[in-house]
Amino acid sequence: MISDSGQLTEETVPQESRTSEAHDYLQAQSRWRWPEIVFWLATLLPFVLVPSYLVLAAQIAITALFALSLDLILGFCGIVSLGHAAFFGIGAYTAGLLSKWGFGEPLSGLVMAALAAGVFGYATSFIIARFRHLALIMLTLGLALLLQEIANSASWLTGGSDGLQGVHTWPIFGRFRFDLYGYTAYTYSLALLFIVFLFARRLIHSPFGLALRGIRENAVRMPAIGASTREHIRTVYTIAAAVAGIAGALLTQTTETVSLEVLGFQRSADVLVMLILGGTGRLYGGLIGAAVYMIARDQFSGLNPQYWYFWIGLILIAVVMMLPNGILGGLSLLLRRRETP
Amino acid sequence: MSEIALSVRGLCKSFGSLVVAFDIELNLPAGSRYALIGPNGAGKTTLINLITGMLRPNAGRIVLDGADITGLAPEQRVRRGLVRTFQINALFPHLTALESVTLAVCERTRAVRTFWRKVSAYRHEIDEAYDILAALSLTAVCHRPTRELAYGQQRLLEIALAMAARPKVLLLDEPAAGVPREDSAELFKAIAGLSRDITVLFIEHDMELVFRFASRVIVLVGGRVLVDGTPHEIASDPQVRAVYLGRAMGKVAHG
Repeated sequence: MISDSGQLTEETVPQESRTSEAHDYLQAQSRWRWPEIVFWLATLLPFVLVPSYLVLAAQIAITALFALSLDLILGFCGIVSLGHAAFFGIGAYTAGLLSKWGFGEPLSGLVMAALAAGVFGYATSFIIARFRHLALIMLTLGLALLLQEIANSASWLTGGSDGLQGVHTWPIFGRFRFDLYGYTAYTYSLALLFIVFLFARRLIHSPFGLALRGIRENAVRMPAIGASTREHIRTVYTIAAAVAGIAGALLTQTTETVSLEVLGFQRSADVLVMLILGGTGRLYGGLIGAAVYMIARDQFSGLNPQYWYFWIGLILIAVVMMLPNGILGGLSLLLRRRETP
Repeated sequence: MSEIALSVRGLCKSFGSLVVAFDIELNLPAGSRYALIGPNGAGKTTLINLITGMLRPNAGRIVLDGADITGLAPEQRVRRGLVRTFQINALFPHLTALESVTLAVCERTRAVRTFWRKVSAYRHEIDEAYDILAALSLTAVCHRPTRELAYGQQRLLEIALAMAARPKVLLLDEPAAGVPREDSAELFKAIAGLSRDITVLFIEHDMELVFRFASRVIVLVGGRVLVDGTPHEIASDPQVRAVYLGRAMGKVAHG
């Protein structure tokens, strides 16, 4: 039905000029802006500027993808999750187990990981969609803790606290091997980040994305315009879970190991911190937050391996106090001031 | 004989020992303009919450176009054409007026299920939203975020959102609440100008507006229907005078 009406709209483009201005305006909303292009060009810089840091760059791209998936539910739907690592972990173990059982083809591994995480996301979305606010934080946290302990006790399957051994990722397209310097790993992770980003960007500019913004703005009003808020939340939660699963699988494939830590509370908390640091509800917030957080961690732990969380804490407090909409919120404020002096 | 668009039968609701609705009977003929009046705390908004499914009744039935909708969720009722507005602006502050109404239209056409095509590809939906805004003289501000609109414009946007759902029965909870008196007549003219296919029930305190725009009036007191009649019958009803209207009625009768 939807595609039918979609077809109709393209065939009978209205001639009236009175609404064309409205169409143009909405069209312009989804147009690419120059800071976006600059951002994506900048992601290529590590190849030339810091080739010895490509392993870290790959980790950042993977974490950025994970943060992007959290932004879909937190930034666009107001669902605060402290257990998002559950989906990351499912993706990581799915890819790891497939590889261990003799199937290390990376791309199909990603698909399987997305499916597994998506199925678990869909199943739990029925609980998630019924609650809001504090209850959600506890529910997501609880589900992730359950899952981690299940993975811990099922050591015959997951290797338990020793981690999953014997993961080997085949070359991409049968040609590009994963090298020690992270060249392939970063290329692969960055390409996937970009593809999923394009998908997420399209999603938020779609009618469904508009409905998500409606839920964030006023969830109580949505039923009064005929919206099934729960149905929307279930859909986006499933999508976010699948994306987190892809991120987890990428980590497994690029590091060729899986530990229980992929399901851990620390990972859930870290990604939440990164997203808030970068700025929620803007797609790029998670990406920038992940980069800042992980580069800071790398530098500070180099200075002092024991106390680096001190600096992370300091940055977090400074950003939240001075930039309520995160680093990106501050940047866009600066840009707007420059454009309209 | 006109058809009954909305009928409420024996509706009861209480919170503990507090009875907010008792044995309420309503029959709104299709196309009628009903005013719902009553003193503060009479249960007017509660009745709208019960009819629209935001509250569950303890007893009674709600029938829309001959179909029992008592068990349906609020959004399912909206999709069947039972739509309301809110007394206090319940809008989407950071969405523009056009985005808000387009969203409501997309919910009706189910375009919201699509996440792989841009909103701007849904030209019919956008056109319809634009036309609704045009009918309410809101096109000049349609690209402004809702929170930047003047209060009266926000009240109109409430009605625009309701219209996007293509209502058969429209329940307006104090549409002119907080709007200056001289503007509220304008707002009611917009309401009066709605298609006659739409049955309208509105809550309003200003008796002048009630008598100008309602074809029938229901007086609610203490969760019960006191009188249901034409404005003329209400104005001359001694019971209504005694319980509720008092001096305000005298003014209308003389005017």
